[in-house]
This record gives sequence, structure tokens and C-alpha cells, in this order.
Amino acid sequence: MDLGLTPSELKFRDELRSWLKQNAPSKASLSATTTESPAEFHRQIRDWQRKLFDGGYAGIAWPKEFGGRGASFIEQAIFQEELALADTPETATIGQSLVGPTIIAVGTEEQKKRFLPGILSGEEVWCQGFSEPNAGSDLASLQTKAVLDGDHFVVNGQKIWTSFAHFADLCLLVVRTDPAAPKHKGITCLLVDMKSPGIDVRPLKMMSGDAEFNEMFFSNLRVPVDRVLGKVNEGWNVAITALSNERANLGIGLYVAFKRNLDEVIEHARKIRRHGRPVIEDPVLRQKLVQAYVDLEVFRLNTTRALSTLNKTGVPGPEGSIQKLYWSELNQRNAQVAMEVLGPYAQLTDFEGGRIAYNYLRSRGNTIEAGTSEVQRNIIAQRVLGLPRSY
Amino acid sequence: MEFELSKPQKLLQKSARDLFARACPATRVRELMATDAALDPKLWSEIADQGWLSLHLREECGGLGLGMVDLVAVAEEMGRACFPGPFLGTVWAATLLAEAAPESKHLQALATGEQKGAVALLEPEASWDPADVRLQAVKSGAGYQLTGQKSFVSDADVADVILCVARVGNELALFAVPAKATGVSIRAMAGMDATRKLFDVTFEGVVVTADNVLATGDAARAALDRSLQVGTLVTCADMLGGMQWIIEDAVEYAKTRQQFGKEIGSFQAVQHMCADMLLWTESARSAIYFAAWALDAEPASAERAVMTAKIYTSDASREVANRGVQVHGGIGFTWEHDLQLYYKRSKASEILFGDAAFHRARLADVVFSS
Repeated sequence: MDLGLTPSELKFRDELRSWLKQNAPSKASLSATTTESPAEFHRQIRDWQRKLFDGGYAGIAWPKEFGGRGASFIEQAIFQEELALADTPETATIGQSLVGPTIIAVGTEEQKKRFLPGILSGEEVWCQGFSEPNAGSDLASLQTKAVLDGDHFVVNGQKIWTSFAHFADLCLLVVRTDPAAPKHKGITCLLVDMKSPGIDVRPLKMMSGDAEFNEMFFSNLRVPVDRVLGKVNEGWNVAITALSNERANLGIGLYVAFKRNLDEVIEHARKIRRHGRPVIEDPVLRQKLVQAYVDLEVFRLNTTRALSTLNKTGVPGPEGSIQKLYWSELNQRNAQVAMEVLGPYAQLTDFEGGRIAYNYLRSRGNTIEAGTSEVQRNIIAQRVLGLPRSY
Repeated sequence: MEFELSKPQKLLQKSARDLFARACPATRVRELMATDAALDPKLWSEIADQGWLSLHLREECGGLGLGMVDLVAVAEEMGRACFPGPFLGTVWAATLLAEAAPESKHLQALATGEQKGAVALLEPEASWDPADVRLQAVKSGAGYQLTGQKSFVSDADVADVILCVARVGNELALFAVPAKATGVSIRAMAGMDATRKLFDVTFEGVVVTADNVLATGDAARAALDRSLQVGTLVTCADMLGGMQWIIEDAVEYAKTRQQFGKEIGSFQAVQHMCADMLLWTESARSAIYFAAWALDAEPASAERAVMTAKIYTSDASREVANRGVQVHGGIGFTWEHDLQLYYKRSKASEILFGDAAFHRARLADVVFSS
């Protein structure tokens, strides 16, 4: 065991750290939200991505021949950690971590030339049209239909929970092209221009008040056949490739954000007095706060261990489900501890900028998005432990 | 960066697993636990010959000069085998001697397994906090006289030497007491885990010679703290091995046991219990091996890391054992099924060196003071 960084990894970190000091806008300095001014939010994402691009930090995980940096998994983790420590705004993450690597893996030469540069420079922001009202955990039962008409596919149907669709330029859209085939066959992936006629985007408000995701309705949307990603009717594997890139998320950025939240709650617990003493001296809440510290620390160690394995094998495995299950439930528990520490103020949506109430509400979605906790447990049981499939 | 066992460590762990699979199957565990000391002298000399009692100690102390990760890797296999007998008492005592008084004549004998040891810390009040030690040592000639009672002492009945944590006035002090010394009496306590035995040890005017006064004051406390960290991690590793056995056993059962015409492992309610067991086991593994590494390589994080490991593993081990029984249904609740051995050992280990609530209180003092 050796948990230290090599000299070249340390150099990468130090250079990045000083670059961030010069160039990174802090999240707090940004005024626009996805809800109130999506156009402004869009501009912020693009500007930040452009800066990363100019600094040589765009697509750090991509191979160099496609304009990336060819960073090792360790360097990718350092990158995520440093961005989180600098509290930078969101990047154009769907394009960079999900669509781009999939185009690199299965796209045509023309598609690579057309789409990869725009992802790296931030010129084009992507969304992913996967889930449907009747295809959530069971994604393969999706029904949005695409019918070939000359050299175009004509798309009709509906997607839901599509993050950033209200300002995205492009969409990786998963559709059914052969309704007669078994459900995992007959699926195709399309690269769709969001400005095409026939797309109606309606923002969906979350219980936290944000409108981060949307419904998308398609009526006779025409997509040229050269925008098929991979092969017609073999899109399921393309979608799975894209999702495995999503689950390869290395977790360390989340750790940094969660740690910042907990440290803030601990500071509140020192200041707020109840029963004639600071809350941090309340024996019950003190135990809960330190358990939050322990759970977070174990998350950090699990993340480090998973990174070590990934660095060796090169392939993210189904063990990623353990990480997802762990952090989503941890974040909910810790958000509840924060509510107990803050007391009546915790419910106020404008206390301390509303962060405590927001984190509590937002964390409720953690065990649903990107695969529910139940689906994660199914994956662990069936693909890691080898128990029989139940569906 | 490498967060896993090295090749030699993997080989070491495999040889431990093979040895226990061969020499210590569950039938043998049951025979031994029915005896007073649960000691198999032949197996004891085998592990002593391998150097497993002192893997982590420096060579001049009689150890192999390896590290805590190596010790933890072997202790994990002991937990997996439910290995009965006095391993903990001797390892803890040897560690304490190596820290407090490496020149002591008892150290080599314990490190090589020639003698067995025990550490007497808890008193009838049963607190794992050294600040609660009250047993008094009174100056007597060149040495001291000890009077008082110790409880929950692991492996005292087979110990050749008992290390007694006491007080001289207000100062903490460590003494080595030959178990046969006049005034020492040992009585078994009825712990639910029959694989590792606990004892009351009474000292009645026991005379300790000057060469058996190991350390006093801050030096005594520092040596005791370090030995407690080592003992705590050995106990965590024992729990980890037990968790690993339980989850493998439960998954195997879920794949074969049929109800309603199907393997019960195809039901999501059962699958989800197994998934949680894996999450807890693997998370405990991360916490334990990090703490073992930190004890040698990153002293600044070691104190927090050991407490974190004990807090997480104590709760996780209990929950894994609970789910293990639940997956099995009725058969898991029987005396006949080996799960009960692991279930009770898990509970004893949860308590040993302080449970999660105890360590949360201590860790809070460290984390929230900074």
C-alpha cells in the first residue's frame, strides 16, 4: 500500500492549482441560476469551458489525438478534487464525460470532426435524451419512435428528466427504430441538433425549486441518417457505453463538496446554543455529527480504493454501484443531521442563502437520479455477488 | 498510488487462509471452544513459527520487522476462521512491551510465542478509557505492591505474564506480573463468545520487582495508547474476516435455498440485504487497511483513522451478522449452524476496545477541538 502521489502527479496538481487561482471563477461569484436565467447560465458554462480549453484542461480524460490531455485516472481524480476545492462552477459535463468519449469510441470520422472540437471549446453544450415517462429504471423499454424516411429518421415521442435541455445545443437521443425486435434490440442513438423544428422543451421544476431538468416532446423531428451514432438497431450498447462513462465518475469531487457542507454545519453547531450550551456539546447531536464525519471519511477511502483499482484495471466495473449507493444515502443522512443542528432556522429557504434547506431537498433526489438505490442494489446483488436475476 | 495489498502481503494472507482452512475447520473450533482456554498448542506453535505473533515488531524485539498492514492481513484470516485461543492477549502484550520497555526479558519470549501474555486494563467499572484506571501500586522496597481487581482480561488463564495497567498516586504505570506470582488469582467470565475467553484477575498485595516496572507517567500512557491502537485494529481485522465469511455463506445459501419454486436469492428483498452486506464489508475494509497503513506511514492521521475504523466496523459488523442470520431464516438461528459462532464473536469484537459510541465520543473530542 502506498497512498502518496508521484512527483509528476504532484507537478500536475500544483500547476493546476495555481492555474485555477488565476482563472477559475468561484461558484459564489456567479449570479445566474438555471431556473431564473437559463441563457445566462448557459453563457457561464460556455465561458468556463472555454477558459479550461484555453488553459489546456478541456477533455483531460480524452486521448491526445482527439484534442484531450490523455490524463491518467489518478490525474483525473486530482482534477476533480482541485476543481471542487476551488469551488468552481459546473462544467459542460455531459458533453465532456458522456457524449464525447462515446463518439470517440463508436462515432464516424465525420462525426468526430464535427462534434468533438465544439465539446472541448464549450461552443456546444450537450444534453442526453434517455429516460421516458414509462422508461426510467427499465430504460430499454423506451418507446420514442424513429421511422426512416429517405435519408432522414422521423422522430415522435417524449423524453423526461433531461438535464440542461432548455439551453443545450445538441442532444444524444436514444430512440426505438425496430418496434418488432426484442426490447434491447431495435434501439438506435441519434445526435440531434436542438434547434431543429419539431422539438418542444418544457422545464420541470424540482422540489428544491430549480428547473435543472426538462420534458422534451418530439413531433416529426427530422434527423439525417449520418447523425446515427454507432449502428442502426444496435444503440443499446452505445447507450450503455455512455452510461458507464457517467458512472466512472471518480467521486472525489463529491467528497470535497460534502466535506465543505459538513464543516459549515460543524461551525453552526459551535455557535448555536440550546439547553444552555453550544449544540456541539449536546451529547446526542455530537455523536451524530461525528458519525457524519466517519461516514464521509469512509467515502473518501472507498473512493481512493476504487481509484486505485480503476488505475490498475482501466475499466470501471459494477462496483461503481457501491459508490453511488454509499454517497447518495450518506448525503441524505448528513443533510438530516444539518437540519437537526440548525433547528427551526433549517427550514428557511433564505437562511444562509438557503443552502441548508436546499441541500436537504436536493439530496432527496440523490437516491433516484442516475439509477435508484434499488437498482444499484440489484446490480450489486446480480453482477457482483452473482445472485439470480429477478427481472 | 496503490490501495491494496502488495504481492508478498497477498501471499502471506493466502498462507494464513490455507493454514486455518487445513488446521482449524469449524469442527475444530467447536472442540476448542468447549475447553477452558480454547487453546490448540500445536496450532499455536505453528503460527508462532510463522512469526505471526509479532509480524509488526522490529527485529531486535523478536519480530519479523514487517508492518501493521501485514499483521492486519493475517488477523483478517483469523476472523474468517473464527480462530480460537489467546492470539490477542499475546499480540497486545508484546506490542505494549515493545513500546514501553523493549529491554524487558518478557518481550522476546512473547514475540516468539514461547510464552503467552495478557494485558489487564479494565476494572469492574468496565471502561476502556485509561483515565478510569484506579488499581493502586504502592512503593515497596525497590519495587511495588499491587492490590485491586481487573476484569474483561482476554486470555489471562494461559498467560505466562500479565501486564497490569495501574496507578502510582495519580500517575499511570505499567507492570509485568508473572501469572504464577503469589496473590494473583484468575477466574473465568462467562462471555457469549466461547472462542476467545475473558477473565477476572485479582491482585492481592502482589509484589512486583524493579525490573518488572515497565513505564510510568506520559511514557506509560503513550505506550498504552499505541498498543491500544494496534489491538483495536487487530480486532477490526478479525471482524472484517468474519464479515467476509458471513456474506459468502449468506450468498451461497441464497443461491441454493428454494422457496416458492425459486432460489430465495432471486427475490429482491434478499438481494438487497446481500448488497448492503457487501457495501458494509468493503467500506470497513477501506477504513481498516487505511488505518493500518497510516499507523506506519502517516502518524498524523493514525489516531483518527483507527477510531474511524473501529466506529465504522463495529456497527457494520453487527449489521452484517444480523443480515446473515436473516437471510438464512430459522437455520441461521440454530446452535448447529456455524453462523452463531461468528455472530457472537462479532458482538464480542464490537465491544472489545470500546464500541462505536465510545469511540465516537473520543473522536469528537479530537475532530471538534481543532
